[in-house]
Amino acid sequence: MGTRITSLANNFDTTGKLKAAGINNASLSGITALPSGVAGKMTLLSTQTASSSSSLSFTSGIDSTYDAYCFKYIAVHPSNSTDAQWTFQASTDGGSSYGVAVVSTNFRAYHFENDAGASLQSRSADSEEGRSNETTYQPLGYQGGAVADENCSGELWLYNPSSTTYVKHFLSRNALVGYDSGNGGFQQDVHCAGYFNTTSAIDAIDFKFATGNIDDGTIKLYGVSTS
Amino acid sequence: MGQATRNIANSFTTSGVITSSAVNNTSLGNITDLSAGGSLILLSEQTASASSSISFTSGIDSTYDEYWFIFNQCHPSNIGPNFDFHTSTNGGSSYGTTATSTFFVAYQGEGGASSALTYDTGNDEAQTTVGVTLGGSGYLNDESASGILKFYNPSSTTYVKHFISQMSVTHGNYTYECQNIFSAGYFNTTSAIDAVKFQFSAGNVDAGTIQMFGVK
Repeated sequence: MGTRITSLANNFDTTGKLKAAGINNASLSGITALPSGVAGKMTLLSTQTASSSSSLSFTSGIDSTYDAYCFKYIAVHPSNSTDAQWTFQASTDGGSSYGVAVVSTNFRAYHFENDAGASLQSRSADSEEGRSNETTYQPLGYQGGAVADENCSGELWLYNPSSTTYVKHFLSRNALVGYDSGNGGFQQDVHCAGYFNTTSAIDAIDFKFATGNIDDGTIKLYGVSTS
Repeated sequence: MGQATRNIANSFTTSGVITSSAVNNTSLGNITDLSAGGSLILLSEQTASASSSISFTSGIDSTYDEYWFIFNQCHPSNIGPNFDFHTSTNGGSSYGTTATSTFFVAYQGEGGASSALTYDTGNDEAQTTVGVTLGGSGYLNDESASGILKFYNPSSTTYVKHFISQMSVTHGNYTYECQNIFSAGYFNTTSAIDAVKFQFSAGNVDAGTIQMFGVK
């Protein structure tokens, strides 16, 4: 006991205050909540890593706890070789089914590596990547290539998904390498925004490529508090 | 020991709970991770003062898979230069990673004489090593550029490295204009990027701050 008291005493300075070195657990992993003025406003809720996955679903954690939810996808790589479409859909039944009516706009800026062309282009038609009350998966990126070093990174914001009064808006921006048979690789800056046209609460989100698997990549779900 | 013991005892309540005043380091500087903390971690902040460039040569590694750079009122010394983003694969010894990018802008003149949304082929890159233009700024006293750059997975040795940025710029060397600029692209390398540099294409960064965050 004497040794313990001596050791304890050594963790305090001469005025009796606890030294920084006296805290054994530098990660303080036991603390899971902080006052609102101290805690950050953006909280990592879950992370999923793809490994030849047909889709990645988030079926928990999307509720009324946060005002907005942000999905970040990092270096998502498709297995399919051409025209990879990175897509998502929502569920109102905890992920049992995905297919909520979507109304959306879609546009992109693109630029070929060989400088053969560059432009700002609307892609909002139903035959393209816009949606007008369809229940199919919403493309966030398209014409993606699957060469070994190509991938898609970006983010999707979903607002107030638990509302049972309003439709649910989303915003996304994605950077991905595209592939064109005539010109080869090209940069794409894809912007997609819209809303799920439902007053039912959305409680699950699913991401997948339109064809093939998600070979590699990470998706993180954050809750964002505005108050 | 008697006095020291009494001092220690005074650091605890009668029920044995440590009092808040007993913690010597209120910033808890030794704590490097906090489960309940935010996901946006400030790694470094630099303030320009007639600086030729602002470089971040440490802290960019595999710790985070996304880095944010927030630009606050970056002000050039010269008339109308571009604000450029450069990367390095050798810790900042040299910059010049091949990049392909897009660049489009929404603008509005203060007088209302001009406004548009347009792609700008003069500020995109196609496999060049000269750096990527994120925006620009006028050099008059009240003009500057502010915005955010999100840089993904820089330490990957498998994939190219994507970035997206949005800048709000005052550009008024001849006619005052608000510009909302969207730049995005990739550094076309499978080498890890471990340093970045920001500079105006001519002259210095007279003032402004740049913060680097890691996103957990």
